[in-house]
Amino acid sequence: MPSAVKINALCELCHCRKAVMRRPKNLQKLCKECFIHVFETEIHRTIQREHLFYRGESVAIGASGGKDSTVLAAVMKTLNERYDYGLHLILLSIDEGIVGYRDDSLATVKRNQSQYEMPLEIVSYKQLYDWTMDEIVACSGIKSSCTYCGVLRRQALDRGALKLEVHHVITGHNADDMAETVLLNILRGDTARIEQSVNITTNSQGSPVKRSKPFKYAYEKEIVLYAHYRKLDYFSTECTYAPEAFRGTARTLLKNLELVRPSCILDIIHSGEQLKLKHKRRNASSEMEVRSNGSVSLPNKDGNRCERCGYLSTNRICKACILLEGLEINRAKVQIDGTSVDGAAKLTKTLEHLAF
Amino acid sequence: MSTRVIVKAEFLGGLDSIFGGIKETKCTVEANDSTLPTIKDLIKHITDHLLVSPNDYCVFIQEDTVRPGILVLINDTDWELEGELDYELESGDVVTFTSTLHGG
Repeated sequence: MPSAVKINALCELCHCRKAVMRRPKNLQKLCKECFIHVFETEIHRTIQREHLFYRGESVAIGASGGKDSTVLAAVMKTLNERYDYGLHLILLSIDEGIVGYRDDSLATVKRNQSQYEMPLEIVSYKQLYDWTMDEIVACSGIKSSCTYCGVLRRQALDRGALKLEVHHVITGHNADDMAETVLLNILRGDTARIEQSVNITTNSQGSPVKRSKPFKYAYEKEIVLYAHYRKLDYFSTECTYAPEAFRGTARTLLKNLELVRPSCILDIIHSGEQLKLKHKRRNASSEMEVRSNGSVSLPNKDGNRCERCGYLSTNRICKACILLEGLEINRAKVQIDGTSVDGAAKLTKTLEHLAF
Repeated sequence: MSTRVIVKAEFLGGLDSIFGGIKETKCTVEANDSTLPTIKDLIKHITDHLLVSPNDYCVFIQEDTVRPGILVLINDTDWELEGELDYELESGDVVTFTSTLHGG
Protein backbone atom coordinates (compact mmCIF):
# COMPACT_ATOMS: atom_id res chain seq x y z
CA MET A 1 0.00 0.00 0.00
CA PRO A 2 1.29 3.50 -0.81
CA SER A 3 3.17 5.05 2.08
CA ALA A 4 4.17 8.37 0.53
CA VAL A 5 2.32 10.22 -2.20
CA LYS A 6 4.16 12.51 -4.59
CA ILE A 7 2.94 16.10 -4.86
CA ASN A 8 1.93 15.70 -8.49
CA ALA A 9 -0.16 12.65 -7.56
CA LEU A 10 -2.40 14.73 -5.29
CA CYS A 11 -5.93 15.83 -6.06
CA GLU A 12 -5.87 19.16 -7.89
CA LEU A 13 -8.86 20.45 -5.93
CA CYS A 14 -8.29 19.57 -2.29
CA HIS A 15 -4.50 19.07 -2.54
CA CYS A 16 -4.63 16.65 0.36
CA ARG A 17 -5.76 13.27 -0.94
CA LYS A 18 -4.31 11.05 -3.66
CA ALA A 19 -5.86 11.60 -7.08
CA VAL A 20 -7.61 8.49 -8.39
CA MET A 21 -8.87 9.61 -11.78
CA ARG A 22 -8.34 12.13 -14.55
CA ARG A 23 -11.38 13.88 -15.97
CA PRO A 24 -11.65 13.33 -19.72
CA LYS A 25 -13.04 16.80 -20.39
CA ASN A 26 -10.24 18.87 -18.83
CA LEU A 27 -7.62 16.33 -17.74
CA GLN A 28 -7.98 17.46 -14.12
CA LYS A 29 -6.77 14.88 -11.58
CA LEU A 30 -9.17 14.36 -8.68
CA CYS A 31 -9.54 12.23 -5.57
CA LYS A 32 -12.59 10.05 -5.00
CA GLU A 33 -14.41 12.51 -2.73
CA CYS A 34 -13.79 15.58 -4.92
CA PHE A 35 -14.75 13.68 -8.08
CA ILE A 36 -18.07 12.56 -6.63
CA HIS A 37 -18.80 16.10 -5.46
CA VAL A 38 -17.79 17.73 -8.77
CA PHE A 39 -19.78 15.20 -10.81
CA GLU A 40 -22.96 15.79 -8.80
CA THR A 41 -22.48 19.58 -8.80
CA GLU A 42 -22.12 19.67 -12.58
CA ILE A 43 -25.37 17.75 -13.03
CA HIS A 44 -27.02 20.18 -10.62
CA ARG A 45 -25.70 23.14 -12.67
CA THR A 46 -27.04 21.59 -15.88
CA ILE A 47 -30.44 21.15 -14.25
CA GLN A 48 -30.44 24.76 -13.01
CA ARG A 49 -29.17 26.31 -16.24
CA GLU A 50 -31.68 24.47 -18.41
CA HIS A 51 -34.56 24.89 -15.94
CA LEU A 52 -35.30 21.19 -16.31
CA PHE A 53 -37.79 20.86 -13.44
CA TYR A 54 -40.24 22.89 -11.43
CA ARG A 55 -40.95 22.54 -7.74
CA GLY A 56 -43.45 19.83 -6.93
CA GLU A 57 -43.09 18.17 -10.36
CA SER A 58 -43.53 14.41 -10.65
CA VAL A 59 -40.67 12.96 -12.67
CA ALA A 60 -40.32 9.38 -13.92
CA ILE A 61 -36.79 7.99 -14.25
CA GLY A 62 -36.53 5.59 -17.18
CA ALA A 63 -34.77 2.75 -15.34
CA SER A 64 -33.25 -0.24 -17.08
CA GLY A 65 -31.06 -1.43 -14.21
CA GLY A 66 -27.99 -0.58 -16.31
CA LYS A 67 -25.21 1.78 -15.24
CA ASP A 68 -26.58 5.03 -16.68
CA SER A 69 -30.08 4.81 -15.26
CA THR A 70 -28.85 3.48 -11.91
CA VAL A 71 -26.44 6.41 -11.57
CA LEU A 72 -29.23 8.75 -12.71
CA ALA A 73 -31.54 7.48 -9.96
CA ALA A 74 -28.78 7.78 -7.34
CA VAL A 75 -27.73 11.30 -8.42
CA MET A 76 -31.33 12.55 -8.70
CA LYS A 77 -32.12 11.28 -5.23
CA THR A 78 -28.99 12.94 -3.83
CA LEU A 79 -29.60 16.28 -5.57
CA ASN A 80 -33.31 16.33 -4.80
CA GLU A 81 -32.44 16.06 -1.12
CA ARG A 82 -29.33 18.28 -1.12
CA TYR A 83 -30.81 21.19 -3.08
CA ASP A 84 -34.42 20.63 -2.08
CA TYR A 85 -35.85 20.47 -5.63
CA GLY A 86 -39.14 19.24 -4.19
CA LEU A 87 -39.45 16.58 -6.92
CA HIS A 88 -41.51 13.44 -6.67
CA LEU A 89 -39.30 10.75 -8.25
CA ILE A 90 -40.64 7.47 -9.64
CA LEU A 91 -38.79 4.60 -11.34
CA LEU A 92 -40.34 3.54 -14.64
CA SER A 93 -39.14 0.32 -16.29
CA ILE A 94 -40.01 -1.33 -19.53
CA ASP A 95 -40.15 -5.11 -19.70
CA GLU A 96 -39.47 -5.98 -23.33
CA GLY A 97 -39.85 -9.66 -22.60
CA ILE A 98 -36.32 -10.88 -23.32
CA VAL A 99 -35.65 -13.95 -21.20
CA GLY A 100 -32.13 -14.02 -19.70
CA TYR A 101 -31.60 -10.31 -20.23
CA ARG A 102 -34.48 -8.13 -19.17
CA ASP A 103 -35.72 -10.38 -16.38
CA ASP A 104 -32.29 -10.17 -14.71
CA SER A 105 -31.98 -6.43 -15.16
CA LEU A 106 -35.48 -5.90 -13.76
CA ALA A 107 -34.36 -7.71 -10.63
CA THR A 108 -31.71 -4.97 -10.27
CA VAL A 109 -34.35 -2.26 -10.71
CA LYS A 110 -36.42 -3.90 -7.97
CA ARG A 111 -33.42 -3.75 -5.63
CA ASN A 112 -32.91 -0.09 -6.59
CA GLN A 113 -36.54 0.54 -5.66
CA SER A 114 -35.83 -0.28 -2.03
CA GLN A 115 -32.28 1.15 -2.04
CA TYR A 116 -33.51 4.55 -3.25
CA GLU A 117 -36.96 4.38 -1.65
CA MET A 118 -38.79 5.26 -4.84
CA PRO A 119 -42.00 3.80 -6.21
CA LEU A 120 -41.51 1.50 -9.22
CA GLU A 121 -43.79 0.94 -12.20
CA ILE A 122 -43.07 -1.76 -14.77
CA VAL A 123 -44.89 -1.76 -18.10
CA SER A 124 -44.43 -4.71 -20.40
CA TYR A 125 -44.59 -5.08 -24.17
CA LYS A 126 -46.83 -8.06 -23.51
CA GLN A 127 -49.47 -5.95 -21.71
CA LEU A 128 -49.26 -3.09 -24.19
CA TYR A 129 -48.88 -4.87 -27.50
CA ASP A 130 -49.58 -8.53 -26.72
CA TRP A 131 -46.09 -9.39 -28.01
CA THR A 132 -42.82 -10.00 -26.15
CA MET A 133 -39.51 -9.30 -27.88
CA ASP A 134 -38.76 -13.03 -27.79
CA GLU A 135 -42.00 -13.70 -29.68
CA ILE A 136 -41.22 -10.92 -32.16
CA VAL A 137 -37.75 -12.29 -32.84
CA ALA A 138 -39.14 -15.81 -33.20
CA CYS A 139 -41.56 -14.44 -35.77
CA SER A 140 -39.51 -11.93 -37.75
CA GLY A 141 -35.89 -12.96 -37.20
CA ILE A 142 -33.06 -11.40 -35.26
CA LYS A 143 -31.99 -8.81 -37.84
CA SER A 144 -34.77 -6.29 -37.29
CA SER A 145 -35.00 -6.74 -33.51
CA CYS A 146 -33.61 -3.26 -32.70
CA THR A 147 -36.09 -1.59 -35.08
CA TYR A 148 -39.07 -3.20 -33.36
CA CYS A 149 -37.71 -2.73 -29.88
CA GLY A 150 -36.84 0.95 -30.44
CA VAL A 151 -40.22 1.91 -31.87
CA LEU A 152 -42.14 -0.01 -29.22
CA ARG A 153 -40.02 1.26 -26.32
CA ARG A 154 -40.57 4.92 -27.16
CA GLN A 155 -44.34 4.49 -26.93
CA ALA A 156 -44.12 2.22 -23.91
CA LEU A 157 -42.26 4.87 -21.85
CA ASP A 158 -44.89 7.48 -22.75
CA ARG A 159 -47.76 5.15 -21.95
CA GLY A 160 -46.15 4.10 -18.66
CA ALA A 161 -45.69 7.77 -17.70
CA LEU A 162 -49.32 8.60 -18.48
CA LYS A 163 -50.47 5.63 -16.44
CA LEU A 164 -48.59 7.20 -13.51
CA GLU A 165 -49.98 10.64 -14.45
CA VAL A 166 -46.43 11.88 -14.96
CA HIS A 167 -45.63 14.27 -17.79
CA HIS A 168 -41.86 14.26 -17.61
CA VAL A 169 -39.55 11.29 -18.17
CA ILE A 170 -35.79 11.56 -17.66
CA THR A 171 -33.37 9.07 -19.18
CA GLY A 172 -29.72 8.22 -18.55
CA HIS A 173 -28.44 9.14 -22.01
CA ASN A 174 -24.87 10.40 -21.54
CA ALA A 175 -22.47 12.59 -23.52
CA ASP A 176 -21.05 9.57 -25.37
CA ASP A 177 -24.59 8.59 -26.46
CA MET A 178 -25.29 12.13 -27.62
CA ALA A 179 -22.03 12.35 -29.58
CA GLU A 180 -22.67 8.93 -31.10
CA THR A 181 -26.12 10.01 -32.28
CA VAL A 182 -24.78 13.24 -33.81
CA LEU A 183 -22.08 11.22 -35.56
CA LEU A 184 -24.60 8.64 -36.82
CA ASN A 185 -26.94 11.31 -38.15
CA ILE A 186 -24.04 12.93 -40.00
CA LEU A 187 -22.87 9.59 -41.39
CA ARG A 188 -26.38 8.77 -42.56
CA GLY A 189 -26.96 12.24 -44.00
CA ASP A 190 -29.91 12.56 -41.68
CA THR A 191 -29.30 16.28 -41.17
CA ALA A 192 -32.86 17.06 -40.14
CA ARG A 193 -32.34 15.03 -36.99
CA ILE A 194 -29.09 16.62 -35.83
CA GLU A 195 -30.73 19.70 -34.34
CA GLN A 196 -33.33 17.61 -32.49
CA SER A 197 -30.87 15.01 -31.27
CA VAL A 198 -28.74 17.42 -29.18
CA ASN A 199 -31.65 19.04 -27.34
CA ILE A 200 -31.58 18.34 -23.61
CA THR A 201 -35.38 18.27 -23.54
CA THR A 202 -37.53 17.01 -26.38
CA ASN A 203 -41.18 17.67 -26.49
CA SER A 204 -43.19 16.87 -29.61
CA GLN A 205 -46.00 19.28 -30.23
CA GLY A 206 -49.17 17.90 -28.74
CA SER A 207 -47.36 15.22 -26.74
CA PRO A 208 -48.34 15.06 -23.09
CA VAL A 209 -44.95 13.67 -22.05
CA LYS A 210 -41.62 15.47 -22.38
CA ARG A 211 -38.23 13.84 -22.08
CA SER A 212 -34.99 15.17 -20.66
CA LYS A 213 -31.42 13.98 -20.43
CA PRO A 214 -29.71 15.43 -17.33
CA PHE A 215 -26.51 13.47 -18.22
CA LYS A 216 -26.25 15.13 -21.62
CA TYR A 217 -22.77 16.49 -20.76
CA ALA A 218 -21.63 13.62 -18.51
CA TYR A 219 -18.94 11.28 -19.86
CA GLU A 220 -19.70 7.59 -19.87
CA LYS A 221 -16.33 6.97 -18.24
CA GLU A 222 -17.23 9.25 -15.33
CA ILE A 223 -20.64 7.58 -14.95
CA VAL A 224 -18.94 4.18 -14.66
CA LEU A 225 -16.38 5.57 -12.19
CA TYR A 226 -19.14 7.22 -10.16
CA ALA A 227 -21.02 3.92 -9.97
CA HIS A 228 -17.80 2.16 -9.00
CA TYR A 229 -16.75 4.61 -6.28
CA ARG A 230 -20.22 4.80 -4.77
CA LYS A 231 -20.48 1.00 -5.10
CA LEU A 232 -23.84 1.24 -6.83
CA ASP A 233 -25.69 -1.92 -7.69
CA TYR A 234 -26.13 -2.10 -11.46
CA PHE A 235 -26.64 -4.75 -14.08
CA SER A 236 -24.39 -5.20 -17.08
CA THR A 237 -24.97 -7.72 -19.79
CA GLU A 238 -25.33 -7.08 -23.45
CA CYS A 239 -28.84 -7.56 -24.84
CA THR A 240 -29.26 -11.11 -26.19
CA TYR A 241 -30.13 -9.70 -29.58
CA ALA A 242 -27.18 -8.20 -31.45
CA PRO A 243 -26.96 -4.41 -31.67
CA GLU A 244 -27.13 -2.64 -34.98
CA ALA A 245 -23.77 -3.06 -36.73
CA PHE A 246 -23.53 0.52 -38.01
CA ARG A 247 -24.10 1.99 -34.55
CA GLY A 248 -21.51 -0.36 -33.07
CA THR A 249 -18.89 0.75 -35.59
CA ALA A 250 -19.63 4.42 -34.88
CA ARG A 251 -19.22 3.69 -31.15
CA THR A 252 -15.82 2.08 -31.69
CA LEU A 253 -14.73 5.06 -33.80
CA LEU A 254 -15.80 7.43 -31.05
CA LYS A 255 -13.95 5.46 -28.35
CA ASN A 256 -10.78 5.47 -30.48
CA LEU A 257 -11.10 9.23 -31.00
CA GLU A 258 -11.66 9.78 -27.29
CA LEU A 259 -8.38 8.04 -26.56
CA VAL A 260 -6.45 10.52 -28.71
CA ARG A 261 -8.47 13.60 -27.78
CA PRO A 262 -10.74 13.11 -24.78
CA SER A 263 -12.55 16.42 -25.25
CA CYS A 264 -13.84 15.30 -28.67
CA ILE A 265 -17.06 13.93 -27.14
CA LEU A 266 -18.14 17.33 -25.84
CA ASP A 267 -16.78 18.94 -29.01
CA ILE A 268 -19.05 16.81 -31.20
CA ILE A 269 -22.06 17.74 -29.04
CA HIS A 270 -21.04 21.40 -29.30
CA SER A 271 -20.82 21.12 -33.10
CA GLY A 272 -24.24 19.52 -33.15
CA GLU A 273 -25.67 22.35 -31.07
CA GLN A 274 -24.24 24.99 -33.40
CA LEU A 275 -25.55 23.39 -36.59
CA LYS A 276 -28.69 25.16 -37.71
CA LEU A 277 -30.45 24.00 -40.80
CA LYS A 278 -31.29 26.44 -43.52
CA HIS A 279 -35.08 26.73 -43.64
CA LYS A 280 -36.49 24.80 -46.54
CA ARG A 281 -38.98 26.37 -48.86
CA ARG A 282 -42.32 24.93 -47.93
CA ASN A 283 -44.58 23.46 -50.48
CA ALA A 284 -45.84 20.89 -48.07
CA SER A 285 -49.48 21.17 -48.99
CA SER A 286 -48.81 19.76 -52.43
CA GLU A 287 -46.35 17.12 -51.19
CA MET A 288 -47.43 13.88 -49.60
CA GLU A 289 -45.51 10.80 -48.76
CA VAL A 290 -47.31 7.63 -49.75
CA ARG A 291 -46.05 4.65 -47.81
CA SER A 292 -45.81 1.11 -49.09
CA ASN A 293 -48.89 0.02 -47.19
CA GLY A 294 -50.97 2.83 -48.63
CA SER A 295 -50.93 5.15 -45.62
CA VAL A 296 -50.27 8.79 -46.42
CA SER A 297 -48.24 11.27 -44.42
CA LEU A 298 -50.30 14.33 -43.65
CA PRO A 299 -49.02 17.84 -44.40
CA ASN A 300 -49.34 18.97 -40.79
CA LYS A 301 -46.29 17.29 -39.29
CA ASP A 302 -46.92 17.56 -35.57
CA GLY A 303 -49.91 16.82 -33.42
CA ASN A 304 -51.56 14.16 -35.60
CA ARG A 305 -52.82 11.03 -33.94
CA CYS A 306 -52.74 7.43 -35.05
CA GLU A 307 -56.20 6.31 -36.13
CA ARG A 308 -55.79 3.01 -34.38
CA CYS A 309 -54.12 3.61 -31.05
CA GLY A 310 -54.38 7.41 -30.68
CA TYR A 311 -50.62 7.81 -30.22
CA LEU A 312 -48.87 10.82 -31.72
CA SER A 313 -47.96 10.10 -35.34
CA THR A 314 -47.04 11.97 -38.50
CA ASN A 315 -48.86 9.32 -40.50
CA ARG A 316 -52.42 8.10 -40.43
CA ILE A 317 -51.27 4.92 -38.71
CA CYS A 318 -48.28 5.11 -36.35
CA LYS A 319 -45.08 3.15 -36.86
CA ALA A 320 -45.78 0.80 -33.96
CA CYS A 321 -49.22 -0.14 -35.30
CA ILE A 322 -47.75 -0.79 -38.76
CA LEU A 323 -45.05 -3.04 -37.31
CA LEU A 324 -47.56 -4.87 -35.12
CA GLU A 325 -49.93 -5.37 -38.04
CA GLY A 326 -47.11 -6.99 -40.01
CA LEU A 327 -46.41 -9.27 -37.06
CA GLU A 328 -50.05 -10.29 -36.55
CA ILE A 329 -50.25 -11.54 -40.15
CA ASN A 330 -47.28 -13.79 -39.51
CA ARG A 331 -48.26 -14.98 -36.06
CA ALA A 332 -48.48 -18.75 -35.83
CA LYS A 333 -52.13 -19.78 -35.88
CA VAL A 334 -51.45 -22.97 -33.98
CA GLN A 335 -49.02 -23.31 -31.10
CA ILE A 336 -47.14 -26.57 -31.16
CA ASP A 337 -47.33 -28.34 -27.81
CA GLY A 338 -44.33 -27.96 -25.56
CA THR A 339 -42.88 -25.04 -27.49
CA SER A 340 -42.45 -22.30 -24.96
CA VAL A 341 -41.94 -18.72 -26.07
CA ASP A 342 -38.29 -18.44 -25.18
CA GLY A 343 -37.84 -21.87 -26.68
CA ALA A 344 -39.08 -20.54 -29.99
CA ALA A 345 -36.63 -17.66 -29.98
CA LYS A 346 -33.85 -19.97 -28.93
CA LEU A 347 -34.71 -22.35 -31.75
CA THR A 348 -34.57 -19.54 -34.29
CA LYS A 349 -31.23 -18.43 -32.92
CA THR A 350 -29.87 -21.98 -33.04
CA LEU A 351 -31.10 -22.42 -36.59
CA GLU A 352 -29.47 -19.16 -37.66
CA HIS A 353 -26.11 -20.45 -36.51
CA LEU A 354 -26.38 -23.75 -38.35
CA ALA A 355 -24.07 -24.24 -41.29
CA PHE A 356 -24.09 -27.03 -43.80
CA MET B 1 15.77 -14.93 -11.76
CA SER B 2 12.37 -13.45 -12.33
CA THR B 3 10.13 -11.98 -9.65
CA ARG B 4 6.63 -13.24 -9.04
CA VAL B 5 3.75 -11.29 -7.63
CA ILE B 6 0.23 -12.34 -6.74
CA VAL B 7 -2.46 -9.80 -7.66
CA LYS B 8 -6.23 -9.86 -7.86
CA ALA B 9 -7.88 -9.24 -11.23
CA GLU B 10 -11.54 -8.21 -11.44
CA PHE B 11 -13.70 -8.28 -14.58
CA LEU B 12 -16.75 -6.05 -14.30
CA GLY B 13 -19.35 -4.40 -16.48
CA GLY B 14 -20.17 -7.65 -18.29
CA LEU B 15 -16.52 -8.37 -19.16
CA ASP B 16 -16.71 -11.59 -17.14
CA SER B 17 -18.63 -13.11 -20.04
CA ILE B 18 -15.41 -13.65 -22.03
CA PHE B 19 -13.66 -15.20 -19.01
CA GLY B 20 -16.18 -17.94 -18.39
CA GLY B 21 -18.17 -15.88 -15.91
CA ILE B 22 -15.22 -15.24 -13.58
CA LYS B 23 -15.66 -11.86 -11.89
CA GLU B 24 -12.51 -11.95 -9.77
CA THR B 25 -9.48 -14.18 -9.57
CA LYS B 26 -5.98 -14.33 -8.10
CA CYS B 27 -3.21 -14.20 -10.69
CA THR B 28 0.42 -15.17 -10.21
CA VAL B 29 2.35 -12.98 -12.59
CA GLU B 30 5.94 -13.46 -13.62
CA ALA B 31 8.03 -11.10 -15.71
CA ASN B 32 9.77 -12.69 -18.67
CA ASP B 33 13.07 -11.05 -17.81
CA SER B 34 14.79 -9.98 -14.61
CA THR B 35 12.62 -6.88 -14.08
CA LEU B 36 9.49 -6.52 -11.97
CA PRO B 37 6.27 -7.75 -13.58
CA THR B 38 4.07 -5.00 -15.03
CA ILE B 39 0.46 -4.66 -16.09
CA LYS B 40 1.68 -5.77 -19.53
CA ASP B 41 2.67 -9.12 -18.01
CA LEU B 42 -0.66 -9.38 -16.20
CA ILE B 43 -2.54 -8.81 -19.45
CA LYS B 44 -0.48 -11.48 -21.15
CA HIS B 45 -1.24 -13.84 -18.25
CA ILE B 46 -4.97 -13.06 -18.61
CA THR B 47 -5.11 -13.59 -22.37
CA ASP B 48 -2.98 -16.76 -22.12
CA HIS B 49 -4.74 -18.41 -19.19
CA LEU B 50 -8.17 -16.91 -18.56
CA LEU B 51 -9.63 -16.06 -21.95
CA VAL B 52 -12.03 -18.84 -22.88
CA SER B 53 -12.27 -18.37 -26.64
CA PRO B 54 -9.46 -16.93 -28.81
CA ASN B 55 -12.22 -15.25 -30.85
CA ASP B 56 -12.84 -12.89 -27.94
CA TYR B 57 -9.22 -11.64 -27.95
CA CYS B 58 -10.27 -8.49 -29.85
CA VAL B 59 -13.01 -7.78 -27.28
CA PHE B 60 -10.27 -7.29 -24.69
CA ILE B 61 -7.18 -6.23 -26.63
CA GLN B 62 -6.67 -3.74 -29.44
CA GLU B 63 -3.23 -2.81 -30.80
CA ASP B 64 -1.33 -4.46 -27.93
CA THR B 65 -3.20 -2.63 -25.21
CA VAL B 66 -6.59 -2.87 -23.49
CA ARG B 67 -9.34 -1.92 -25.90
CA PRO B 68 -10.66 1.64 -25.66
CA GLY B 69 -13.90 1.61 -23.70
CA ILE B 70 -12.54 -0.78 -21.08
CA LEU B 71 -11.66 1.10 -17.93
CA VAL B 72 -8.59 -0.12 -16.01
CA LEU B 73 -8.25 0.69 -12.32
CA ILE B 74 -5.23 -0.20 -10.18
CA ASN B 75 -6.26 -0.19 -6.50
CA ASP B 76 -9.24 2.00 -7.52
CA THR B 77 -6.98 4.50 -9.33
CA ASP B 78 -7.33 5.07 -13.06
CA TRP B 79 -4.32 3.43 -14.72
CA GLU B 80 -3.77 6.63 -16.73
CA LEU B 81 -2.33 8.07 -13.51
CA GLU B 82 -0.18 5.03 -12.80
CA GLY B 83 1.79 4.66 -16.01
CA GLU B 84 -0.67 2.35 -17.79
CA LEU B 85 1.05 -0.75 -19.24
CA ASP B 86 4.35 0.01 -17.52
CA TYR B 87 2.97 0.08 -13.96
CA GLU B 88 5.06 -2.28 -11.82
CA LEU B 89 2.83 -4.69 -9.93
CA GLU B 90 3.11 -5.26 -6.22
CA SER B 91 1.71 -8.28 -4.44
CA GLY B 92 -1.80 -7.58 -3.20
CA ASP B 93 -2.64 -5.09 -5.95
CA VAL B 94 -6.22 -5.16 -7.20
CA VAL B 95 -6.55 -4.54 -10.93
CA THR B 96 -10.10 -3.90 -12.14
CA PHE B 97 -11.14 -4.13 -15.78
CA THR B 98 -14.60 -2.63 -16.38
CA SER B 99 -16.30 -2.58 -19.75
CA THR B 100 -18.23 0.62 -20.39
CA LEU B 101 -19.50 -0.58 -23.75
CA HIS B 102 -22.72 -2.23 -22.64
CA GLY B 103 -26.02 -0.40 -22.63
CA GLY B 104 -27.18 1.81 -19.85
